[in-house]
Amino acid sequence: MRSFPSPDGLPNTSHGGYTVKKTKPSETRPVLARESRLAAAKKHLKSYWQLYVLLLPAVVFIIIFAYQPMYGAQIAFRNFSIKKGIWKSDWVGLEHFERFVTSSVFWPLLKNTLGISLYSLIAGFPAPIIFAFMLNELAQQKLKKAMQMITYAPHFISMVAVCGLIVLFTHREYGLINIFLRAVGGSGVEFLAEPKYFKTIYVISGIWQELGWGTIIYLAALSGVDPQVVEASVIDGASRFQKIIYINLPYILPTIIILLILRCGSMLSVGSEKILLLQNALNMESSDVISTYVYRLGIKDAQFSFTTAIGLFNSIVNMIILSAVNYLSGKLSGSSLW
Amino acid sequence: MAERRTMSDKVFDTINLILLILITLVILYPLYFTVIASISDPHAVAKGQVVLFVKGFTIEPYKNVFINDEIWVGYKNTLINTFVTVLLALGITIPAAYALSRDELKFKGLFMGFFVFTMYFSGGLIPSYLLIKGLGLVDTRWALIIPAGFSVYNMIIARTFFKSNMAQEIYEAARIDGSSEFGIFFRIVLPLSGAIIAVIALYVAVGHWNSWFSALLYITSKKLYPLQYVLRSILILNQEMNIINVDSMESGEAMQALMRRKYMAEGMKYSVIFISSLPMLIAYPFVQKYFVKGVMIGAIKG
Repeated sequence: MRSFPSPDGLPNTSHGGYTVKKTKPSETRPVLARESRLAAAKKHLKSYWQLYVLLLPAVVFIIIFAYQPMYGAQIAFRNFSIKKGIWKSDWVGLEHFERFVTSSVFWPLLKNTLGISLYSLIAGFPAPIIFAFMLNELAQQKLKKAMQMITYAPHFISMVAVCGLIVLFTHREYGLINIFLRAVGGSGVEFLAEPKYFKTIYVISGIWQELGWGTIIYLAALSGVDPQVVEASVIDGASRFQKIIYINLPYILPTIIILLILRCGSMLSVGSEKILLLQNALNMESSDVISTYVYRLGIKDAQFSFTTAIGLFNSIVNMIILSAVNYLSGKLSGSSLW
Repeated sequence: MAERRTMSDKVFDTINLILLILITLVILYPLYFTVIASISDPHAVAKGQVVLFVKGFTIEPYKNVFINDEIWVGYKNTLINTFVTVLLALGITIPAAYALSRDELKFKGLFMGFFVFTMYFSGGLIPSYLLIKGLGLVDTRWALIIPAGFSVYNMIIARTFFKSNMAQEIYEAARIDGSSEFGIFFRIVLPLSGAIIAVIALYVAVGHWNSWFSALLYITSKKLYPLQYVLRSILILNQEMNIINVDSMESGEAMQALMRRKYMAEGMKYSVIFISSLPMLIAYPFVQKYFVKGVMIGAIKG
């Protein structure tokens, strides 16, 4: 028989079907209670210490590779020099933050970062939802499986290969896109050399890569829709569109909202990996975002303190957006992360 | 329900089907084109004559790739790094996830908070970089392997698996039989965890196979370059490859040979993309269901 721990943490002992709850010793004898709690802890550790050993490597890993860098992030408030180390470097307070916010790169970087983020969100977020609804309506199961198989595939292709394909396809002379353009009477365009195309290239290739993969969660959620409800709506004469709008959409709305909150929480962190691969001197004015700027100044020019401050600024703004969106969503729809 | 289909439903179904087929074809096409372009005459590809079918079949680009040392060194490095990273990740993730799934573990909320906080907040790129530097890992394999050895997200997926697939009664029975916690984990839990071990191993493997940014940060020796980093220098930085198999050299005209060289370099890019993605594409149909499983287990948590 399974025993559930009682609210006060003491084990329940069952006697032939009914439960006798042990009295909590702390209520009557406080001194003895501490001793017995210590004894209980000892007993607990004696029988379960191996569980904590199993957990230990992960705790150590996180302390070193996640918390140590957070501690190291204090160089954002100092003039870090490798010779002096973190503690001995001079404290300068918010100087680096001020320098970043008032520098001439601040607004262009923010504009590009938010621009790419919002563009991806508006074009990329609804796409898998719509695609999932469409797949869900497909009656031919084999065809559905095949379509899922094909559309998931780009997710497994590396970012380097995807960007390599983008470079090849947009090549002014040999690129497939330009060959098509010329075939219909247009002239060749060096897409990656024109700032105005950069964000579109970034977003469309992203949708191509993640459209299918993004449907998994929604399809899983849709599979939970009660068939009886659907049946009843059909008898009542609901059309397919009405079914989607009034039954399916509300059903998966909590899933959509949670994913949307998470998405908003990374509004300012447009990853540098893809952008660095597509960036060049000519498209820089629309492709330079906070993360690529941090990489360039931090790693290449070794301006450690300044770029750590930028990174920290970025993380904090993300946290604020995440909390705000989460709070709003909790108020408005009842779905929230915490 | 089929007999209840109205006219408007039929229209809906037909339009839906056509749109779905179109979307699928559009997504498939770049992959298909990569394959046919890699085995077509590079000249024809550059001229735009390869659209739906192979033209002027040739394996020349592949020959050129096969004699390219850098690609093979990259392949070897990536294989080694991926293998070691997967072992490390399993060794850290699975035991921790299991321990956190047990009701007997105290301070569970505290431990979870300690882990989950790092998913939302991080010290940033530069402090991590300085840490790896400080640990003396720069320009060693370990700079790519160790930091990739654990992810909280994967741990939560594994924990959810243990929570929903293992009955508490098994643990109690084992303890009554005098088994230690290690004994329970290694002799009872692990043998039942094949599915989740596969999910985590594949997640880590695919992520590692496709990663290139850590190499940009930490690796300077050519002999340690992973595959994706080599790929980047060929595809993105347009670095010249040593092409020796240009067969039109006898034409004598230097200009023509140069053009041919240029086409060959372009053609090789498709074959390089194909070869580097091959292990993923071969494994993908078999492992797809594990990935989907991972996404779904992860979703339950939310």
